[in-house]
Amino acid sequence: MTSPRLNREVIAMRVARELSDGKYVNLGTGIPTLVSQFTPEGYNIVYHSESGVLNYGPLAKEGEEDIDLINAGGQFLAPVPGMAFFTSADAFAMVRGGHIDITVLGAFQVSEHGDLANWILPTRGIGNIGGAMDLVAGARRIIIAMEHTDSRNQPKVVLECTLPLTGSRCVSLIVTDVAVIEVTPSGLVLKEVAPAWTPEEVQSITEPWLIISRDLKEMEI
Amino acid sequence: MHVQVDGGYRDERNMDKLIHSFPEAVADVPDGAVVLMGGFGGAGGMPQRLILALREQGAKNLTIISNTAGLPGFGAIEGHLEVTHNVLVENGQVKKVVASFPLSPSSSRPNAFELAYREGKIELELVPQGTLAERIRAGGAGIPAFYTPAGVGTPVAQDKETRNIDGRQYVLEYALKADYAFIRAWKADRLGNLVYKGTSRTFNAGMATAALITIAEVDHLVEPGSLNPEIIITPGIYVKRIVKR
Repeated sequence: MTSPRLNREVIAMRVARELSDGKYVNLGTGIPTLVSQFTPEGYNIVYHSESGVLNYGPLAKEGEEDIDLINAGGQFLAPVPGMAFFTSADAFAMVRGGHIDITVLGAFQVSEHGDLANWILPTRGIGNIGGAMDLVAGARRIIIAMEHTDSRNQPKVVLECTLPLTGSRCVSLIVTDVAVIEVTPSGLVLKEVAPAWTPEEVQSITEPWLIISRDLKEMEI
Repeated sequence: MHVQVDGGYRDERNMDKLIHSFPEAVADVPDGAVVLMGGFGGAGGMPQRLILALREQGAKNLTIISNTAGLPGFGAIEGHLEVTHNVLVENGQVKKVVASFPLSPSSSRPNAFELAYREGKIELELVPQGTLAERIRAGGAGIPAFYTPAGVGTPVAQDKETRNIDGRQYVLEYALKADYAFIRAWKADRLGNLVYKGTSRTFNAGMATAALITIAEVDHLVEPGSLNPEIIITPGIYVKRIVKR
């Protein structure tokens, strides 16, 4: 497989195009965190973090960090007008109560049915759940941003998750470094391929059968 | 309620809740106590002086309920005290942790919890973060248990009661209560009314409500009347002791 893969920023950029004006959005750690840098121009997107803040913006500049202003990954945020702070119980009332429109998460495995496994660290035997199980149970739309294969080049889009689940039948869209795939009741639909990639090449590193969309496009980046 | 402090009895009904030192504030924590430990994970909102005092005090076989199991370096800035409850785990004082995010994100730099866990020296109850927050909230509010959609179909719901409500599956989760809550607030008055700063509110406000003895480590102490009653997050009824950093 020689076609180049998209880098993490470009994956985040593609995910950002799924956001629309006026949405409340939660971003997980890793690639998802990068999405806020690519908020479409002119859109008001309000970002929510489990650390108890709504309407956060960029990261704090070096030397201006405040220990009382962090995101869920422990990175320091810059103060922004219109921020609101709240307790953890409120942060998750917003999540489970259906008030978060979109959550973007990373994944170790996503199944054909939209099952998600993203918490156990196979090499360590245990893992960090954090807010992921609440987010997949409560957010209206779940988008996965990840590399298409793992470090041993094994598919991460699989027939059935072999790792313990974070949530079942919860994922709506998968954006990877080679493709955009929609989870539908009839199966996984390949909507877009990265530049220079063919559907066959994407299929060869994907475990379940992909339905090729009639309007298959090249990912616009 | 009377609690023995430094050999004498302190009347806990006394509305002046100020304690003058951290060792005095934690002196009565017994071996085997269940302690809610505030903050989100980093230095912000972490009751660091209470943690250091408890390390000195030496109580053992503790159960710590907290978002993390102590993450050195998380949300830390050079020049700020970096202490978390990691130091209690390191010191062998903790037998069990109830947390949503127990491990260091980096496998090459495991925290004290992970090292102890690998050797079977510490127990873990892993809880989704929203379930943890709600179990604590419920504990403080007299709600014994509740149904939540988080964790259904995952190992977290294994062996737990589930129920279908309006066509969706939910898992039954029980309230959490503790003997002590160590929390950190930004400003307090002597009545125990508290306000927090920024993202350091997170677990502190809920934990304040769910323990027999809530001890608040505060950055600023002001006279009653100085805090705007409209913005008080934790009313003093929940707080037994206040210690100023």
